[in-house]
Amino acid sequence: MSKVTLTVLLMDAPYESENLTTAFRILDVAARRGYNLNVFAYEGAAGLAFARQAPHPNPVHGKNLAEENHPTTKDQVLALIAHTEKNGGKVDWVNCGMCVDERGVNEFAPGTRRGSPADFHASTEASDNVLVIPTK
Amino acid sequence: MAKKTLNIVESAYRAVIEEQDDTIMWLLAAMQGAGADHTVVLRGNAVNYAVTGQGVPGLQVGDWKQTQAPKMDRDVLDLIEKRKIPVYVVEEDLAERGIERSELVSGVTPVSRKALPGLFAKHAIVSHW
Repeated sequence: MSKVTLTVLLMDAPYESENLTTAFRILDVAARRGYNLNVFAYEGAAGLAFARQAPHPNPVHGKNLAEENHPTTKDQVLALIAHTEKNGGKVDWVNCGMCVDERGVNEFAPGTRRGSPADFHASTEASDNVLVIPTK
Repeated sequence: MAKKTLNIVESAYRAVIEEQDDTIMWLLAAMQGAGADHTVVLRGNAVNYAVTGQGVPGLQVGDWKQTQAPKMDRDVLDLIEKRKIPVYVVEEDLAERGIERSELVSGVTPVSRKALPGLFAKHAIVSHW
């Protein structure tokens, strides 16, 4: 049986929705199975792989930087890419070019790239299945 | 003296994994520390924040693992005990969800929908989140 290829479109901006947590849980399972993953990061999701995201301490929680250990979606993207490759799959993480320009988030985590709706179309055509997680 | 502000929190569990807290309750706690005078009403799905003993495993993606997953009941207690922010929960919203008062963290005050206008009248500002 040939390797499974999935395409996932994300739209929500980081730190604003539970949709992305659900998406990363699904992507993690797919990565563990060694699937090939095409992710099109559209609209707010174009900020997921922004390289300059940084964790912070949280005085309201009474925790310093290490204690708070605040997650960044950039690290989740990097972990997804590494884990997929470790299990024999590959990730093509495409950041919508116009979306990143609008938001000024055009410094990407390594292993992700700039792209366009044409990339989403191409990956949709080449995938076994497609999951769109839209902003509502 | 700070203006008394009533905050109706209705949006629930939005981005709490990524932020490791509820962003509105966090904001109110931070403002209270800066001298604000806040009161909170949990309504709708947000009444579930007051249910004791809740929690969720942190997110894991490959070898990356979240270590500080949010605990909303702990954060409600923090508002009440540490920030001295009164926290009300709407009784009818609890009942609709089958949540008993015995399941709530200590210190929250049930309030009926009929009593809310009276609560509004006691505050200079009412914010609906």
